[in-house]
Amino acid sequence: MDTSKAIKNDTGSQKKKWFSKMHITGEDLWGYLFIAMSMVVFCLFTIYPVISALITSFQKFKPLGSIFVGLENYKTTFKSNLFYKSIYNTAVYTFFTVPLSLLISFSVAVLILPFKKKFQSLFKSMYYLPNVASGVALSVVWLWIYDPLPTGLLNSILRVFGIENHNWLGSSSTAMFSLILMALLAGHGSNIIIYLAALLNVPVSFYEAADIEGATFFQKLRYIVIPMVKPTTLFLLVTGIISSFQVFMNAYMMTGGGPNNNTTMVGLLIFNNAFRYSDYGLACAQAMILAIVIAGISILQFRLMSSDVEY
Amino acid sequence: MSGLYSQHLHNRKVVYIRNGLIFVLLSLLAVVTLFPIYYMLVSSFGPPVEAGGASYSLFPKKISLDSYQFFFNFSKHSYRWLINSLIVSCSVVIGNVVFAGLAGYAFAKIRFKGRNFLFFALLCAMMIPYQVTQVPLYMLVVNTLQMDNTYVALIAPTFVTAYNVFLCKQFMSSLPTEIIESAKIEGCNQLQIYLKIIMPLSKTVLAVMAILTFMGSWNTFFWPFLVTSKEYMQTIQVGLKNFKFANTTYFAPMMAGATISALPMFILFFSLQKYFLEGVTIGAVKG
Repeated sequence: MDTSKAIKNDTGSQKKKWFSKMHITGEDLWGYLFIAMSMVVFCLFTIYPVISALITSFQKFKPLGSIFVGLENYKTTFKSNLFYKSIYNTAVYTFFTVPLSLLISFSVAVLILPFKKKFQSLFKSMYYLPNVASGVALSVVWLWIYDPLPTGLLNSILRVFGIENHNWLGSSSTAMFSLILMALLAGHGSNIIIYLAALLNVPVSFYEAADIEGATFFQKLRYIVIPMVKPTTLFLLVTGIISSFQVFMNAYMMTGGGPNNNTTMVGLLIFNNAFRYSDYGLACAQAMILAIVIAGISILQFRLMSSDVEY
Repeated sequence: MSGLYSQHLHNRKVVYIRNGLIFVLLSLLAVVTLFPIYYMLVSSFGPPVEAGGASYSLFPKKISLDSYQFFFNFSKHSYRWLINSLIVSCSVVIGNVVFAGLAGYAFAKIRFKGRNFLFFALLCAMMIPYQVTQVPLYMLVVNTLQMDNTYVALIAPTFVTAYNVFLCKQFMSSLPTEIIESAKIEGCNQLQIYLKIIMPLSKTVLAVMAILTFMGSWNTFFWPFLVTSKEYMQTIQVGLKNFKFANTTYFAPMMAGATISALPMFILFFSLQKYFLEGVTIGAVKG
């Protein structure tokens, strides 16, 4: 009520003329009022930083006024071996975690399907539980599982099978493998839930028709379920790749990017350049490259989505 | 009854055996998934000695809270970390529920000039990786405004997120426009319409949003880590990370810290499971 009065007062005869000239109606004002706070936050903490990042990427940071260096930061990036290595590491990590995670989630969702709603919810909750713990907490737990001493959990378990003590995170041959294993064993919760929702949306009439034709379980899976959940698969694939490209926590907490930069991924590289070496310009340039790659993937997704809706 | 699985109507036994086998398989996977969390809980009750100095088992032999004591003694601000996390998360939730709700309604139902353009800008912003904005934001908050170690610095950047505005807009678009039109004829203004009609109808989506936002804010590490150099302003996640880097071999207290940081989320999850699980699917309908 108060707000409406305030607006009525605002629109005195003078202003009324101006508003009608600009064709701004009361409806417009309500709209602007409602989005005002969001827009302030959005401009301050998204628009401004993006523009600033673009400018910074062409500068060399100095505490007393940065200097313009043109494409220097981008050139340095594309000449740096560490950049390519971090891209390679990110690609390896993504390649092994994302598709496998989708396969696991899809299989589990299909297996959950025959149960009653009560059991479905129970399994969903159990698989989702690790997702509510923070990345720091989970990293700390896995740090102990991978502890290099013989008392480390993984080493203790493997000793039963006669496998020797190993420095999982500390040796270059297994560090990346350990991070991938951790990603694969924890947290398919949300993917499973999304797949299950998609499976429950498949019309029963499709199965009825298939039953009349005498289709087997695997035929139904192959010719009904997989095509029907294809949009979901694409969505999960793209969001999975995007978040995998931004991964930072596990490398930072567990290996620090080592040994020998074998687990330095793009997220950690940008972090180190910015907050360890205070080379803000270089970090911004690399973040820009990352943003372009991610935008490319997103556009590809929209293309695939729109060309692929027929079943 | 048709479905993906054949029902074996002539022989129910086959169905029971099949479902039993699947049940066992799924339970095994649940054990693997939940194991790290179980291990974290169990080990946190162990004695606070260095790794290698003690042998640990998968079952608690005796329960001691010494490791919790050890964790809290690490810093005199350790209790404050929890309070900080709570203050920041609650503020972020309130900001998002109030202002993302309003903005979502405006984008869904109010026809104002520039609506489509602004909403498109918001959508584009969601695709920008956080690495792009973190460095300039850090320079702005810490170097220019010198606002590091304040609650404002911790809260403001996520006070309203584009994602939540989008979520509200998606839901509120599905509400029938006729109710709004008839309320207007009755003489309601937009604020009254929002408070009396739209908000009650959007209770579920706002609750889901509140919970997911709380979880995100409680678990966030990167930004609080950047803007809090003083221990008394840190959140529990940053505190846990500091503890980890300062005591690399004291695993039991580390598990106690991890448990403390995760416990509020576990409690919330168990009491509001439905909303958590619904949130996952609501979030996935975008694209």
